[in-house]
Amino acid sequence: MFKILQKTFSIGTATANYPRIAPHLAEQFRGCPEFDFEAWRDARPAADACPTGAIAVSDRDSLRKVTVDYGRCIFCGECELASVDGAVRMTQRFELAASDRRDLILTAEYTLHPDGSHAGLQLASRGANVEEPEQRIAAAIHHLLGRSLSIRQVDAGSCNGCEQEIVSLNNPVHDIERFGIHFVASPRHADMLLVTGPVTRNMELALRKTWAATPDPKIVVAVGACGISGGIFGTNYASMGGVDAVISVDVYIPGCPPRPEALLHGILLALGQVRQRMGIEPAPRKHQAGGIFRVQT
Amino acid sequence: MTSFFEELRDRFPEQVRSVEEQISGQIVILLNGPDVTGIVQHFLAEYQARLVTVFAEDRVNAEGVFYNYYVFDRLGDLAWVILKVPILKDHPSFPSLAAELPAVNWQEREIQDWFGLEAVGHPNPRRVALHDNWPDVHPLRKDFPLDTVLPPFEGERHVYRPAHGEGVLHIPVGPVHAGIIEPGHFNFTVAGEPILYLQLRMFYTHKGTEKLFENLPIPRAVFLAESVSGDSAFSHGTAFCQAIELAAGIEVPARAQFLRTILLELERIANHISDIGAIANDVGFVIANAHAGRVREMVLGLCESLTGSRVMRGMVTIGGVRRDWQRAQIEAIENTLHRVEREFRDLVAIVQSSNSTRERLEHTGVLRPDKAKMLGIVGVGGRASGVDLDVRRDHPYEAYRHLLFRVPVYQEGDVRSRLMVRIDEVSESIQIVRAAVAHLPDGPHRAPAQPIPPDRCAMSAVEGWRGEILYWIRTGDGNRLERCKVKDPSLNNWPAIVETMEGNIVADFPVTNKSFNLSYSGTDR
Repeated sequence: MFKILQKTFSIGTATANYPRIAPHLAEQFRGCPEFDFEAWRDARPAADACPTGAIAVSDRDSLRKVTVDYGRCIFCGECELASVDGAVRMTQRFELAASDRRDLILTAEYTLHPDGSHAGLQLASRGANVEEPEQRIAAAIHHLLGRSLSIRQVDAGSCNGCEQEIVSLNNPVHDIERFGIHFVASPRHADMLLVTGPVTRNMELALRKTWAATPDPKIVVAVGACGISGGIFGTNYASMGGVDAVISVDVYIPGCPPRPEALLHGILLALGQVRQRMGIEPAPRKHQAGGIFRVQT
Repeated sequence: MTSFFEELRDRFPEQVRSVEEQISGQIVILLNGPDVTGIVQHFLAEYQARLVTVFAEDRVNAEGVFYNYYVFDRLGDLAWVILKVPILKDHPSFPSLAAELPAVNWQEREIQDWFGLEAVGHPNPRRVALHDNWPDVHPLRKDFPLDTVLPPFEGERHVYRPAHGEGVLHIPVGPVHAGIIEPGHFNFTVAGEPILYLQLRMFYTHKGTEKLFENLPIPRAVFLAESVSGDSAFSHGTAFCQAIELAAGIEVPARAQFLRTILLELERIANHISDIGAIANDVGFVIANAHAGRVREMVLGLCESLTGSRVMRGMVTIGGVRRDWQRAQIEAIENTLHRVEREFRDLVAIVQSSNSTRERLEHTGVLRPDKAKMLGIVGVGGRASGVDLDVRRDHPYEAYRHLLFRVPVYQEGDVRSRLMVRIDEVSESIQIVRAAVAHLPDGPHRAPAQPIPPDRCAMSAVEGWRGEILYWIRTGDGNRLERCKVKDPSLNNWPAIVETMEGNIVADFPVTNKSFNLSYSGTDR
């Protein structure tokens, strides 16, 4: 007993102070890719290399539309390797959670040349993650004392990758309980369902029942590329795709799997929404979700 | 090989048609018909062979038949023996071995569900992989498109074995569990505290993975292999890449083999530490789990600096690994291992310091060695019950053929033995990583990309941290796969949990289950 205490005291504080202090990321860590739409000469190699179809190219007449969906992205870096023009670059950004699915989708439109190449960027979307996460999180934490959030985690068909990182939230380094957030054993005790996917045909009913058993006001967070969109599994005879194919989702957390800080970021974002619904906090100004704007040329 | 085949042909002249060894160490014996009972008994008796797995393939379009494959591992022999058995499409059935060999119980029923081939004489021929309320479809047949939309659920999910008697009742648990774990249904039949029997219902996370493999270009399919069981992403990815490399004759450079070996062992270290903490946690020893979580984070940080991902995704690729390491990264391995080793020693001391913990772990969830052998249990669960199997030693791959290590085996088969296997293996793995780093060869980290020829078959096996992961593939045209069979060790090991729970009490279930820590997604695919 004495030895255990001695060991524990000798460690001191193991907890990382995210989000106040940015996490220590290895130099090699891969966050989401970043796209320089103006410099992008040809999106097709990246689209061909993308394992989950997060980058899609569709041509019609003299118009080429390129779509990038962070809700499908698994941060593998294949698009960066495939793009010869340097327009795709892997970043260390991981705080990508969004409450509007459309915020995770970027689009660009180009003039299509007869030889298959493209040029002349005509339109580009504003970009993913237009919410101001730091401010929202700071507000949430500010109001947090004396309040708690209970989460029921539901694996609706995941590969167990997301679960590994969700479990990590309970370890002393990420220690989610310091926010008054804890994981509960029953949906009846939960304010939030943290759902991983893809939702399988065999789990659909269980997911619906779990949702129905959760008292209002409740919030649903979809975790990971598969939870958002079905990821690499997509939709097939056994997979229904993302969580929002079955129940409505309030916050989406991209990643494969999202690192613990990315999960915390998304959960804290969702926490702000719980408080709005309970009337504790006023709703923020509606942001311009996925708005298309004209590029100055 | 020749003498082995001649002996077999002399003994079963009616059945044995031909033999081939296109890939060194993989002897494929083609039979004339589906009756394998005699040959299987001969293998088990004469060679102390173990039936590793059974799976099927639809070759009706190409050859007019289905094939069943029976993979054997002969004691002390480096080569795998694969029986290839044609099944006529007009007589879609094969004799079941499950009554004699409980190890193939689920795998034969998978073949029934997915291919519509009947396992004649199966003691429990009900559905396993597709739940009862699925329509009458066979998704792995070639005439079934991946994106088929099935009608919505109707009717009863599964009828469990009834139980009657005073005080006898069912405790249904799941598929949504109390902890942060994967979905599955456990149906306990209890008389008071003691469990009469436990019925399992798995395949809740069945997401069409084997079918999906047939619909992806091979380079993309590597990422799918990483998503078969997310806690074993690197092991599954490596096993898949090895199968492709064997089929296409791609030589993996020596440096890549060592890099893979290091990462395979780091995956084992991270997961074993996590399990050691979780076992302690399940008997109420929370502080040990907290320390384990902290040590695990050190390992995951190292994995991130080596691969760009905490769970080592996007690293393994066909022909090697995607990224080479700089000097500083290699030094980080030694530095981190030094700290991890010291912290791990303290963690083990904490776990073992508590007599009440020892009391709860000893004689809990006992799987006797004879039962483990009969059920075909592999990996940690097997080695804790006297089943001395380890693919790294028995069928060496990557850099394991150059490395010496000890395979811990315990005979008691209780939760504590499974804990001890993990503790010993972490120490061994740290030494393996050290040796691999010390002998890391120079040279390229991946072979140049080359086209993958069609119609080649290969099997590969990797000792993941849970146990033996097996991939069998047939390549197709256009850089795609005709078939990809995935066998996670969990598929073998679930029956062990049923076995250990009989006569036990419900309160011991969580820690027993955790001590096996099987993958649901790896089972269900």
